[in-house]
Amino acid sequence: MNNKNVYVFAEQREGVIQPVALELIGKARDLADVLGDKVVAIFAGHNIADQANELIAYGADDVIVVDAPELKDYVTEQYTQAVYQVITAMNPDIVLFGATTIGRDLAPRLSARLEKGLTADCTKLEISDGSDPKLEARKLMMTRPAFGGNLMATIVAAKEGVQMATVRPGVMQKKEKDASRTGNIIPFTATFDASKFAVKLLETVKAEKGLVDITEAKVLVSGGRGVGNKENFEKLAALAEVIGGEVSSSRAMVDAGIMDHDRQVGQTGKTVRPDLYLACGISGAIQHLAGMEESELIIAINKDKFAPIFQVADLGIVGDANKIVPMLTERLAKEIKK
Amino acid sequence: MKIVVCIKQVPDTTVIKINPVTGTLIRDGVPSIMNPDDKGGLEMALQLKDQYGAHVTVITMGPPQADAILREAYAMGADEAILLTGREFGGADTLATSHTIAAALKNLEYDLIIAGRQAIDGDTAQVGPQIAEHLGLPQVSYVAGLEYKDGKFLVKKETEEGYQMLEVAGPVLLTALASGFKARYMNVAGIVDAFDKPVAVWGVDKVNLPLEMLGLKGSGTRVYKSFTKGVKAAGEVHEVDAEHAVGLIVSKLKEKFII
Amino acid sequence: MNFGLTKTQQLFQQMIREFAEKEVKPLAAEVDDTERFPMETVEKMAKLGLFGIYIPKNYGGAGGDHIMYSIAVEELSRVCATTGVILSAHTSLCMSPIWEFGTEEQKQKYLPKLASGEWIGAFGLTEPNAGTDAAGQQTTAVEDGDDYILNGSKIFITYACPAHVYVFATMTDKSKGNKGITTFIVEAGTPGVSIGKKEHKLGIRGSATCELIFENCRVPKANMLGKMGEGFKVAMKTLDGGRIGIASQALGIAQGAMDETVKYTKERKQFGRSISAFQNTQFQMADLETKVQAARLLVRSAAWKQDMGQPFSADAAMCKLFAAETAMEVTTKAVQFHGGYGYTREYPVERMMRDAKITEIYEGTSEVQRMVIAAKLFK
Repeated sequence: MNNKNVYVFAEQREGVIQPVALELIGKARDLADVLGDKVVAIFAGHNIADQANELIAYGADDVIVVDAPELKDYVTEQYTQAVYQVITAMNPDIVLFGATTIGRDLAPRLSARLEKGLTADCTKLEISDGSDPKLEARKLMMTRPAFGGNLMATIVAAKEGVQMATVRPGVMQKKEKDASRTGNIIPFTATFDASKFAVKLLETVKAEKGLVDITEAKVLVSGGRGVGNKENFEKLAALAEVIGGEVSSSRAMVDAGIMDHDRQVGQTGKTVRPDLYLACGISGAIQHLAGMEESELIIAINKDKFAPIFQVADLGIVGDANKIVPMLTERLAKEIKK
Repeated sequence: MKIVVCIKQVPDTTVIKINPVTGTLIRDGVPSIMNPDDKGGLEMALQLKDQYGAHVTVITMGPPQADAILREAYAMGADEAILLTGREFGGADTLATSHTIAAALKNLEYDLIIAGRQAIDGDTAQVGPQIAEHLGLPQVSYVAGLEYKDGKFLVKKETEEGYQMLEVAGPVLLTALASGFKARYMNVAGIVDAFDKPVAVWGVDKVNLPLEMLGLKGSGTRVYKSFTKGVKAAGEVHEVDAEHAVGLIVSKLKEKFII
Repeated sequence: MNFGLTKTQQLFQQMIREFAEKEVKPLAAEVDDTERFPMETVEKMAKLGLFGIYIPKNYGGAGGDHIMYSIAVEELSRVCATTGVILSAHTSLCMSPIWEFGTEEQKQKYLPKLASGEWIGAFGLTEPNAGTDAAGQQTTAVEDGDDYILNGSKIFITYACPAHVYVFATMTDKSKGNKGITTFIVEAGTPGVSIGKKEHKLGIRGSATCELIFENCRVPKANMLGKMGEGFKVAMKTLDGGRIGIASQALGIAQGAMDETVKYTKERKQFGRSISAFQNTQFQMADLETKVQAARLLVRSAAWKQDMGQPFSADAAMCKLFAAETAMEVTTKAVQFHGGYGYTREYPVERMMRDAKITEIYEGTSEVQRMVIAAKLFK
């Protein structure tokens, strides 16, 4: 069996291509260029074919479109059957999935069905060059955090055949869109065993707030234990609004029920790399730092001058965030008006 | 209702530190705990037990010391505990682990299998879905809420945008979020009794699989290398009054063209 | 000989430590600041079965031991001394005498309710003119048909305000001195019982310490705890157990201050290095750590003797004396290590130092403990 090409599971939701799909295509492009192979997107859904060109514009060479009414919404078994058939038919060298609630549900199911290994939540992907006698050339080296972000491990596949990884959203960079790029759109007909469809999707509910994915935000105003309560989080929201950002938080505030889980930054939450990360009342446990230390500019406000957050901050202020934030909001409102 | 909860003993990664000189993990004195999402899963099972009545069995794969989390599960309210242990299981990645646990689960009756979404030492979120696949069961992951009605589970699954409501009849495998099920504390009387209860110790004889599917040999991945990452160099820290602080922040934002 | 905790005790310690960190610690500063009785914590503790740790299961308890109880008070006090004394007073001072001296009827009536936390129990011995010298009791109980009529007042009653039931000493025959003291159980709401003023205290400010007043309060004879004239014995036995509770509280306060100081001195830099790197810090902290460990061994061995059914009166006095004085020393030095910050309420050592003081005073002052120890020595 000769496995070839770098495949990306191009996640869509309600027909909208997810940013992570484009990020993965961007990374797949780099890997395929090293290998001298093609980037192939697996695009599954219903009535989505018209968007296949978008994937090509961002770097895919081929797009395998699996269009079926069974795939209208993501449900584990339906998607597993479809993608399994694509993989067994095409023999990819590499398949990448977004480490989203979909990718992290689908990929392990596929890994078990295929009897192949899977590496989760990668932050770095490279191709081995054969310089190390312990590792043959052209293997996918998948690097990921472990032990709560304390350790980085580079994982390689131990079995012959397809190499699979999930990659955190926001970690890879998408390519510049090039509408003039051309590629092949290949329809693929999947056959379904409906007797296995045991799970029924009743409804999909969007949370009133939090429609914006914090990994997409350019500016994050983030609050921790030092902010304390809902009322003070309103102050952060006001600042975020003035500066055109979103509110996020540390795990403590999610555990306390003050913030939703989808706004949590850190090892068990999301990895973010905004242009500005304003950490308010966040002490900076290593789990939190793991999720935000790649941010372009980090400003931290904390009462405790020994807080570890100051070790990663570009600018640190020892003080009460609840006092400083409203003043900053007022000042910025004036500055931005100018 | 018969419920089996898969739990794992993990090092409390929140207290692991890096030796600043050698750059290695300091594992000494790091307590071993029940993985938080698994504890959420046990809570899910115990809530079902409280509401509808259920027999809750906990199973863990690990070294003999993993007995500790089974005692903890007893003190929280579990009815039966199984320790799956053996040298043959060592060095397993998620694929080999899931094969082992799935094979062990074939010895049990169940209407519902619960696993934590992910373990804090690996954060892979793979073993639950992989067990479901090996057993041919449907799965719902990221479960933050659950109701049982007319023989069916009404499951709330968290997503990035909000949540989904899904319906599924047992047997099914669900992976639980700690945030959805705030685990109860161990009960004092439960603690007093915990060590008087039996823990079934299962070895490789309970796992009807060829040895090459277990442990390191059965793994689909291997660790090529591991390393610790350095922390970013510290920036400037100022201890000033609020007004001065606002000024510093605003000029930094201007300098970096944020505003 | 084995100095370690049993597996059961270790598992219990794991639970209570997590409970203390997550449920009790976040409230500690606020409870102190506002002098508020933390009722929500009491409800949570009750649900877990913490209010009847060593009470047998047939009376609604958890069937554990006194070492577990001591660990519970220590771990709670490590983060909040107010919460520690709530558990201690309820268990040692109210439930224990009922368990030890109560009739079967009294046990069945009160213990399950107290163990489940449905009811909170308090204990009263001290009066304006009778503290260390118990024979000075002025609260009287006078027989009247099938009842007793109570008059007088008790002061410094830990959480008298929220309590549902009180165990307290009265004078039934002044001529007999200590032998004229008799103990009663009275439920809150009984006509003639009222709560007096609430004390404003230096430390353990959330424990709702109040005065309890009896004005022609009529209680049936069935409410007498122990025999007529046995009140002094009831009180002394009760205080023996109570002292292990208070020693555990002192130990917890000391440990809490050690934890805070280790953390602070590692982080705080002066003259270019952590203050924990200075030999002055290291030597002083080494001495304090040694004392805290010694206190822990005294506390554990006293609790162990109680569990084994051995006499432990002097052991209880010694562990309380030593743990209380250690708590005072450790917290005072902890404040010193924290410098100016330690004197502010930004850091918990300030509160810990205030909380520590009471452990040298209540359930027998350090001087009383020395009397008890000396009495055994020179008997």
